[in-house]
Amino acid sequence: MNAIDVANVTKIYRRYGQKRQFATLKSAMLRGSVIADLKPEETFAAVRNVSFRVATGTTFGIVGRNGSGKSTILKMVAGITKPTSGRVTVDGRISALIELGAGFHPEISGRENVFINGIMLGLSKREVARRFDEIVEFAELRDFIDAPVKTYSSGMYMRLGFAVAINVDPDVLLIDEVLAVGDEAFTHKCLDKFGEFRRRGKTILLVTHSLALVERFCDEALWLEAGEVRAAGDPKRVVGAYITDVEKSEEEHLAATNARAREAADQGSVPGEAEQTSEEGAASAPEEIPANMFRAGEGRWGSRELEIVDVQFTGDSGRIAHIFHTGEPLSIRLKVRASRPSTDFVFGIGIFNADGSCCYGTNTGLEELTSEEWSGDGEVVFGIESLDLVEGTYKVDVAVHKRDGYPYDYHRMLYSFRVKSRTKDVGIYRPRHRWTFSPNIRFRTMPL
Amino acid sequence: MLHNLRQLVRYRGLIQSLVARELKARYRGSVLGFFWSFINPLLLLSIYSFVFTFVLPSRPTDLEPYALFLFCGILPWTWFSSSLAESSQVLIAGGNLIKKVLFPAEVLPIVTVLANMVHFFLGLPILFLFILYYRHAVLTASEILWLPAVIAVQLVMTLGLALFLSAITVHFRDVKDILGNLLTFWFFATPIIYPMDVAPAVGRQLLNLNPVTHLAISYQEILFYPGPFGHWRWLLATAAASCALFLAGYFVFDRLRDSFAEEV
Repeated sequence: MNAIDVANVTKIYRRYGQKRQFATLKSAMLRGSVIADLKPEETFAAVRNVSFRVATGTTFGIVGRNGSGKSTILKMVAGITKPTSGRVTVDGRISALIELGAGFHPEISGRENVFINGIMLGLSKREVARRFDEIVEFAELRDFIDAPVKTYSSGMYMRLGFAVAINVDPDVLLIDEVLAVGDEAFTHKCLDKFGEFRRRGKTILLVTHSLALVERFCDEALWLEAGEVRAAGDPKRVVGAYITDVEKSEEEHLAATNARAREAADQGSVPGEAEQTSEEGAASAPEEIPANMFRAGEGRWGSRELEIVDVQFTGDSGRIAHIFHTGEPLSIRLKVRASRPSTDFVFGIGIFNADGSCCYGTNTGLEELTSEEWSGDGEVVFGIESLDLVEGTYKVDVAVHKRDGYPYDYHRMLYSFRVKSRTKDVGIYRPRHRWTFSPNIRFRTMPL
Repeated sequence: MLHNLRQLVRYRGLIQSLVARELKARYRGSVLGFFWSFINPLLLLSIYSFVFTFVLPSRPTDLEPYALFLFCGILPWTWFSSSLAESSQVLIAGGNLIKKVLFPAEVLPIVTVLANMVHFFLGLPILFLFILYYRHAVLTASEILWLPAVIAVQLVMTLGLALFLSAITVHFRDVKDILGNLLTFWFFATPIIYPMDVAPAVGRQLLNLNPVTHLAISYQEILFYPGPFGHWRWLLATAAASCALFLAGYFVFDRLRDSFAEEV
């Protein structure tokens, strides 16, 4: 038994270009017909040939980037818009949590709005009256229910909208990214309510960016990309495929950013400017280099007798990457070249987070490696066994300079990598850790 | 279309509560509240009375008291014109509902017309007070019984036009500007501030084509002029035209319905 059957659905929207924007009665009449004027380049398919079925009593998740057509599908299932071609069949009463509190009138009280909203969503006046206390209780608005809705905070507004929609007692519940509205406690309450829905054998169609929610909560999932189905089926597999794809494009984005930053720095290093900074660098004692690092913006400078030709990040398999997970190994590989042999050189590395705080900085001098000889091309690898940083984007400084600080080649914050983590912990550094509890302190495993 | 029309009956609870909300919300926050529904027609009436008694005093003598004559026409006209002016905007104003909730869009213009009808009803007691005040005792039971019929015809006609206007305004925003001027013209093309018989013969024929003319004359005959209600043939014809207008308006609305969620 399928509660929702979406069969080969396509939705074509009109694209509003400059020409169409000021369409008026007059121009439409002059040109005869509005519809006939639509050329293919003035339309765009938000959803293309999408089919899926949701069995009664199951929870189905749709994931995908912004603009991939998720909400369009939800609106078609809700019956708000009609598919251009294909068919959508829904069995049972629908409640769509697409925009909470749509249709609230700001001037009248919460109480009156609950009634009208309930009736709009298909309840009778008596049914709303019967559920009224439950709704108010759920929305946590007992003290404010007789105040006009325009005085509500946006959180209160959303909570009331959610409480009404969820109490309509639908057979099919459509949810479009609405869990982001409340505070933590309210979100948990909503999740509990969804859990209750599932236990009572109701069908849920969920559109969300919270992948963890899809994995934990859904029986099946669908990944939508540019209006087409990329993967469907087991949520873990679909979410996995989606994450991999997102990382791939982030990867490409970071690689492009790094290349651009490097190019800009190379072009921007006019001799005068380089001279000035190098003087500054040369004037300062070696211990003061970190201070110098904090002062300078991103860029590249130095005399280039010894040069860092290329910088790459590699992961555990040795392949080039820009995205790493907390705890994974990371190597920073420098391709270096000495245009003349040298005996006085120090390699340095600095890692900065998005705030510009230095997470870690070191150089071969500080680690008491005394330079002896270097000639020709070579490679320097800074290997990190375990990247114990919290999630975020990090920038890297690499440098080679004299022991007294005179810079040969200084690359300031030209390279970025991203650290991902499933744990949303805070700070900079994540020490390896474990929680231990005496047996009388217990935790619930995730409820859903 | 017929299926959707039948669905309308199911929405009566919704329509009812939305009309109530509309009326409540309109005067929320004003000191006089609901009294504005009485005061507004009164003020309008005094302005017209002043202008046509002192500024432009020439008119036939059988129109005394002139203020009463005016009121018989202006009160229903206000219902008609504000219904149309408001309903042309109503789908755009209610865009959130249409885009985000599964909501029967025709409810919105219908609510607008009905809310304005309630204002009309609130003005009626004032009209009757005036009739008593002027001792213009021409009200007979047989005439008064026609009044609900006239109101019903006006309701059907206004609904048809409101549905049509609300639907096409979504596609052509110019309608609201055209409509403002059209309503002003329409007001003067209807025997409201002047009686039908002062119009020249050619003008009279043209005025007869205007359905609102027959509504205005009906109101005037029932509430102002003595004697039996003699305009009923025209009223029946107008009723038939109104039904046709309603069906046509609903047809257009229904055809454009699917585009609302995208165009609003």
